[in-house]
Amino acid sequence: MTKQVQTIKEVTILFAGDSGDGSQTIGTVVTDASAIAGNDVSTLPDYPAEIRAPAGSLAGISGFQLRLSSHAIHTPGDTCDVLVVMNPAALKVNIDRLKPNGILIVNTDNFARRNLRLAGYERNPLEDGSLPRFQVFPVELTRLTRSALEDTGLSQREMDRCKNFFALGMVCWLYNRPVDYTIRWIKEKYARRPQYVEANTLAFKGGIAYCDMTEQFATSYEVKPAKFPPGTYRNIEGNMATALGLVAASQKSGLTLVYGSYPITPASNILHELAKYRNFGVITMQMEDEIASVGVAIGAAFSGALGVTGSSGPGIALKAEAINLAVMVELPLVICSIQRVGPSTGMPTKTEQADLLQMLYGRNGESPLPVIAASRPSDCFETVYEACQIAVKYMTPVIFMSDLYIAFGAEPWRIPKVSDLPPIPVTFRTDSEGFHPYLRDEKTLGRPWAVPGTPGLEHRIGGLEKENITGHVSYDPENHEGMIRLRAEKVARIADDIPPTEILGESEGELLVLGWGGTYGAIRTAVEHKLEEGASVSHVHLRYLNPLPKDLGDILKRFGKVLIPELNLGQLLQLVRARYLLEAIGLNKVQGQPFHVFEIESKIDELLKR
Amino acid sequence: MAKHESIKAVPTAKDFRGSVSPDWCPGCGDFGVLRALEMACAKLGRENHDYLTIGGIGCSSNLPGYINTYGMHTLHGRTLPIATGAKLGNHDLTVIVTGGDGDGYGIGGNHFVHTMRRNVDLLYVVMNNQIYGLTIGQASPTSRMGMKTKSTPFGNVEAPLNPVAMAIIAGATYVARGFSGDTRHITELMYQGMEHKGFALVDIFSPCITFNKDNTFPFFKQRVKKLEEIGHDPSDMQAAIEQGMVWGDEIPVGLFYQDTSRAPLDELEPVLGEGGPIAHRELGITKEQGDAIIKRMM
Repeated sequence: MTKQVQTIKEVTILFAGDSGDGSQTIGTVVTDASAIAGNDVSTLPDYPAEIRAPAGSLAGISGFQLRLSSHAIHTPGDTCDVLVVMNPAALKVNIDRLKPNGILIVNTDNFARRNLRLAGYERNPLEDGSLPRFQVFPVELTRLTRSALEDTGLSQREMDRCKNFFALGMVCWLYNRPVDYTIRWIKEKYARRPQYVEANTLAFKGGIAYCDMTEQFATSYEVKPAKFPPGTYRNIEGNMATALGLVAASQKSGLTLVYGSYPITPASNILHELAKYRNFGVITMQMEDEIASVGVAIGAAFSGALGVTGSSGPGIALKAEAINLAVMVELPLVICSIQRVGPSTGMPTKTEQADLLQMLYGRNGESPLPVIAASRPSDCFETVYEACQIAVKYMTPVIFMSDLYIAFGAEPWRIPKVSDLPPIPVTFRTDSEGFHPYLRDEKTLGRPWAVPGTPGLEHRIGGLEKENITGHVSYDPENHEGMIRLRAEKVARIADDIPPTEILGESEGELLVLGWGGTYGAIRTAVEHKLEEGASVSHVHLRYLNPLPKDLGDILKRFGKVLIPELNLGQLLQLVRARYLLEAIGLNKVQGQPFHVFEIESKIDELLKR
Repeated sequence: MAKHESIKAVPTAKDFRGSVSPDWCPGCGDFGVLRALEMACAKLGRENHDYLTIGGIGCSSNLPGYINTYGMHTLHGRTLPIATGAKLGNHDLTVIVTGGDGDGYGIGGNHFVHTMRRNVDLLYVVMNNQIYGLTIGQASPTSRMGMKTKSTPFGNVEAPLNPVAMAIIAGATYVARGFSGDTRHITELMYQGMEHKGFALVDIFSPCITFNKDNTFPFFKQRVKKLEEIGHDPSDMQAAIEQGMVWGDEIPVGLFYQDTSRAPLDELEPVLGEGGPIAHRELGITKEQGDAIIKRMM
C-alpha cells in the first residue's frame, strides 16, 4: 500500500491519560525531538496535583499539549489537531479542545464499562455516534503493546506501562517525527534497566509499524523546519532557563551561587537543576522551611556569595519578613517567585498571575524592591540574569517573577554566547580608609559590599532603622523619613537602566494591549492576527514592574484605549490606573488555565467595534 | 640590614569591646555572657575581622551590637539559617550566634533542630532566662510549669522543653550549659565551643532580674553543679542525655556531650573542598576543580 505524505504548516497534539500513563514523558520526548528537527515548538503540560489520582477518574487526567510548526509560534495552541486518549475520562476532559475533523486516537482497551462509568459516560461514546465531527481511530493500544512485547519476559503490568511509547510511535509515524532521538532517549533513560530499554523501544517501533501496516492510516504529514536565525538551539522549559540564567550570572560575576530552597510546586525543579551544577561551584541548600531557605541566601550574600532563593506564592509569603531584612540591610538577593493558583494552597499545579501585588507590596513598612517578570520560557534566562545584575549593582533584593505556564512550558532557545552576556562587575570593599557601611554610590545609591573577614572593615548591619552612611541604629524622626525616601529613590533610579520599551505595531493608534508575564504568547499571537487584518492595535509587554519604564506613561497616552489582559482580577490594571490616571480596561481570567488566543482576539474586536 | 617583622599584637578581651554600651537592665545576666565571650574570643586568638556575630531579636540578641566583630542583627528566630549561609559564604570565619530561649527554642525551634542535624560549624550561645524579657515578661519555652507571668497569670500549664537533651538527640556535636554567674567557666565552655569543629551549643542560665522572679542568681547559684566534679564522660551519649534530664536541687552545668568524629557541613560540601572560602576565590572555579568535584560526586 502506498501511503501519502502531505506537508502542513503546523500541528497541535494533545496526549491525555491517567497521571500514571506517561503522557508527560512522551510529550516531552516528542517536543525535544521536534525541536532538534528544527521546528518551532510550544508546550502546555497540564496535570493534577496528586501523583497518582484514582485511575480512570476525571480528576486524575494528565495532559500534555504540544504545538510544532514550520513558522514562528508563541502559544501551544487554543485547540488541537490530534487528541490521543488513553481512557474515557481523558476523552471527556479534552474532547472540547479537538478541532472539527481532528484526529482522535483512542485506546479502546480502556473503554470497558467500569472506565466509562468512572468518566460519567452512560453509553460508550465510540459506539453511540456522538463523535461524528472527528476522524476517530480506535486502536487496541494495550493489546497491541502486549503482543509487541510478547517475547520480552516482562510481566503484563510492566508491558502495560510501555503503551505510551506505542502511542508515541503512532504519532511519530503520523507526523514524520525523527525516531533516532526517541530511541536514544529511551536508551539513556533506562540505562540501568536494559529490559526496559528493549521493551520501550519495541513498543515505540511497534506503534510506527502498526501505522505503516494498517489501512487505518493512509496519509502521514510533514512539518518542515522553521526558519530561525543561525545559532545553536536547544529546547528549554522556563525553570531550566531560570536555573541556567542563575549559573550564568554566577559565572559572569565571579560570585559563588548559594541557592536556598524548600520543595514547592512549581519552583522545585529549579533546585533540582541547580543541584547538578556543583562543577560550576553552585551550592544548593534544601532547607527545613521557606524562612530558612531565604535566610541561608541572605547570610551567604553577607559573606560575599550570590544569594538566591526560590519559591511560589505561599512560600514567598513565609519569606516576606526576611526579604524585608534584605531591603533594610541592603544586601543583594534574588528571589524567584514562580506563581501558581492561590489563594492559600489553591490549585498547586495550575497557572495564574495573581501574586503581582504580593510581590510589590506584601511586606510591612515602606519596602520598595525591584520586581521583574519573564514572559516566555526562554526569556526566564535573560530576566533572571538581569535580576542578578540589578541586585549586585544596586545592593538590593530583587524579585524575579515567572509562572507555572512558562516554568513548565517549553520552546526552542538559541543558546547565547557567554561572551555576549553583559558583564556583572562586582567589587568588594577592602579599603578601610573612610569606610562606612552605608556610604552611597552617587549614581546608584548602592552601599559598599564589605564582606566579613576583611581586615579593618568590621561593622554591624541589621533590621533596625539606621543612620545613613554610618549605619548606627537611629530612632531620629527626620532620619527615618530620609532613609525611607532614600531606599525608595534607590529603587526608582533602576529605571535609568531600563531600555526603551518595545512596541509591536504602530507607536500610536486606537488600541494598545499591555501585558506582563506568561500571557505574552497569547497576546502576541492575537495582536499579530489583528495587525494582519489591518486593525489599529499594538502590543507592549512589560518585564519591569517596579520600577516601571520611564517611557510607559507617554506610550499609554498615545492610544485611544488600553487593554490589560491578566490571569487575575486586574492587578497591573490597578497599578496602571493609579499611576497614570488612565481608564485602562481589564480582560481577566482566573481558571488556572492560560488565555486562549481567541479570547484576546474577541476582546480586541469588541473594543475596536469590528 | 635588620629585618623588621610586623608583629601582630595578640588581641585581648578589651579589643573585642564594642563602641556601643549594652542597654540591658543593670544586673542582667547577659553582661556576664558578653564579658565571657570577649575573653573567649581573645583566648582563641583570632583577629576581630575573623569573627562574625549574629543575633536574632530579644535582649540577648542585641549582643552583636556590643562586640567588636563583624555583626548582623537579624530577625526573631532566624539567626541559624543566616549563620549557615554566612558560614557557607566564608567558612574561614568563626561564626557566633547569640540569642535567647524565646528566639532559639520558641520561634526559631525548627531551625535549631535542623542546624544541629547539619552540624554547621558555629558557636550558638543561648542566654536562657526562662522568660520573654524584651516584650516585658511572657512565659517562654523554658518557663517552668506553674510559673506566673503576664501571659500565664494563673500559672504556666505547659511543660518546658529541655534544650540540652534535645540538642544531643538532634545531632549537635558539642553540647554544654553554664551559668552567667560563673564567667570563668562559661568563657572556657564558649572557647571550647569555638575550637570545636561542628555545631556547639552553650546554653547559659542568664537571669532576667526584671521579669523572672523564680530563676534568679541565687536560685542557680545554689543549684548548679559542675559535671567535671561529678566525673562525667562527654563522649558517652547515653550518660550525657541522662545528665541532661537532671533538674532539681542540683542542676548540672559544663560539657555534657562532644562528638569529634562527625565532619561539619562545610567539610562535606563538595564545592567548599577546593580553593578556600568562596568569598575570597578568583572568578569562578577552574576546569580541573570542576572535574575533580564531578569525579568525587559520581
